[in-house]
Amino acid sequence: MLNRILAPLSAAWKEATDSQVWTSIFRHGKPVSNRNRALVMMSNVFLHLHPVKSRKAGIKLRYTWCMGGITFFLFLVLTFTGLLLMFYYRPTVEYAYADIVDLQEHVPLGIMRELHRWGAHAMVITVWLHMLRVFMTGSYKPPREFNWGIGVVLLVLTLLLSFTGYLLPWDQLAIWAIAVGSNMARATPLLGTEGPLSASLTLGDISLINAGNDARFALLGARSVGQPTLLRFYVLHCVGLPLVAAFLMAVHFWRVRKDGGISGPM
Amino acid sequence: MIDLFKDLVNWASGPTVLFTIATLGLLAAFRFTQVWSKTSAKVFFAVLAVFYTASMWDPDFFLIVAKPDNIPITGVIFLVFFFTWFAMHQGIQNDRRSAGEGEVLEKQESEKVWVWPDLVYTEMLAMVILSIVLLVWSILLAAPLEQPANPADSPNPSKAPWYFLGLQEMLVYFDPWLAGVVFPTLIIVGLMAIPYIDTNPKGNGYFTFKERKAEIVIFLFGFLILWCLLVVSGTFLRGPNWNFFGPYEYWDVHRVEPLLNVNVSDFFWVKLLGRPLPTGGFFAALMREWLGILMVGAYLFVLPVVMSWPRDKFPTGFKWLSCHHYFEKMGATRYYLGVSLFLMMMSLPIKMYLRWAFNLKYIVAFPEIFFNI
Repeated sequence: MLNRILAPLSAAWKEATDSQVWTSIFRHGKPVSNRNRALVMMSNVFLHLHPVKSRKAGIKLRYTWCMGGITFFLFLVLTFTGLLLMFYYRPTVEYAYADIVDLQEHVPLGIMRELHRWGAHAMVITVWLHMLRVFMTGSYKPPREFNWGIGVVLLVLTLLLSFTGYLLPWDQLAIWAIAVGSNMARATPLLGTEGPLSASLTLGDISLINAGNDARFALLGARSVGQPTLLRFYVLHCVGLPLVAAFLMAVHFWRVRKDGGISGPM
Repeated sequence: MIDLFKDLVNWASGPTVLFTIATLGLLAAFRFTQVWSKTSAKVFFAVLAVFYTASMWDPDFFLIVAKPDNIPITGVIFLVFFFTWFAMHQGIQNDRRSAGEGEVLEKQESEKVWVWPDLVYTEMLAMVILSIVLLVWSILLAAPLEQPANPADSPNPSKAPWYFLGLQEMLVYFDPWLAGVVFPTLIIVGLMAIPYIDTNPKGNGYFTFKERKAEIVIFLFGFLILWCLLVVSGTFLRGPNWNFFGPYEYWDVHRVEPLLNVNVSDFFWVKLLGRPLPTGGFFAALMREWLGILMVGAYLFVLPVVMSWPRDKFPTGFKWLSCHHYFEKMGATRYYLGVSLFLMMMSLPIKMYLRWAFNLKYIVAFPEIFFNI
């Protein structure tokens, strides 16, 4: 009985995998032979981030915690959900909050914003844990010093991505978190109005650093969190920072391979 | 009975007590490494979970912990504890192996295996599990949305996003130019400098504690205590006006905490000499602050040099200060860079204890030019 169902199915499967369409996509058989296990890694642009073979201890979950991979996966999830959110969200003081309310009230079963927000929180934590793992296994040591540095920059970018995104719902939580966070920029030495030595930057009687041109102004695009800030953070959040992060991720992954793959005892 | 327990927890969560307990606990765990066993981990997590769950019945605790944007903090607490334990546990197991006949686990398993299927299946599984977790989390818990932004109505407390609350907590002890600008920069630079300062060739590519004690102790103190603990307490224990509130306390907006903090210059001129602070002009300000300037200068520029001296130059009782062997091993550049970064890091706990012990506000205070340390 079972066979009568399965036989045509497996025949159809064979038909499909023998077809010109299938063989044009996958240029080798199932990865059950060693030859095909090598080919699958080399012929697939995504899988070829990995080597064909790797040290057994290195790929164990107890060693890597898969934390870097999880972080990258979260980045992809955030890119995808963020793209969908961009269809509905307008970065203006007038519409931003209303668009978020719309997303919440009028989209049946809509969880894109939830996926995006919780994913972002999770990514911050997984980046920290990835750093913890890399530190605790001494994987920053030669020859991986440079890649550790790239990783630190990626960690900072993750925080900045989360920080810029925090403003976009334009609710009380958002603007005051950004207000508090960006107040610190006022105290930048030399470049902030309330920073050490900035008062010494004068041209005759005119103070060169004021609330209209200091470091905080550069961050907010205004004297306080307002429309220019929203637009600035939106552009940085959706375009600027993800581009830089993606670029550095490419370097990071490339260097993992070039520095000898997942670390292990020499 | 329960009230007594709550009072005890509230007391123990105070900045002074919590920071001291956590630091001493961590140091003790590095000294008595048998605590990183499976049994003690189980006990620890059971206690933590029971404490957390039981506390949910307290309305004040629940109110703060159950705020949607505070959920990650609960994640941080459990995940950071777990993974720190996991890393230390594996490190200590490896140390036992290499102390005996064997080799570290990562060396035993150094044969190569096929990435398909051994690694790609793990990754696939991780993606599936993570997707499920995210979906369930998103279905169960709506993303927070408060009232529309109102620039005229600042909430109390106003808090930065949770991952920056360690920095915001630093604002209690340091001026914003240090807490908000200099220290974040130094954290980034310091982290990036680690591989270039650390010349210890051992412990590359496997978990260990014995072979990298100093590195691990310093890093985990920074990460666990100075970063994670401050993030957690900044989120859960800092209420209106950034006042401290225990986990079972109501966030009372009207609680007033007297601020009686004094500067080193006040200690010297007013309390010690019984004179008013020198006023008028640049040199008077320098004279006012000379002691503080001397202290900071000595800490940042003289102490590293002194610490590089060999042990026999130190009087008894101070020999632990000698870092001569690091100076020898690392060379002058690495040594001074590393020690300077370390001292900058330690300036936070030092300033914290000075505040708690002496109500010290600023060591050096030039409010005229916003230069306060």
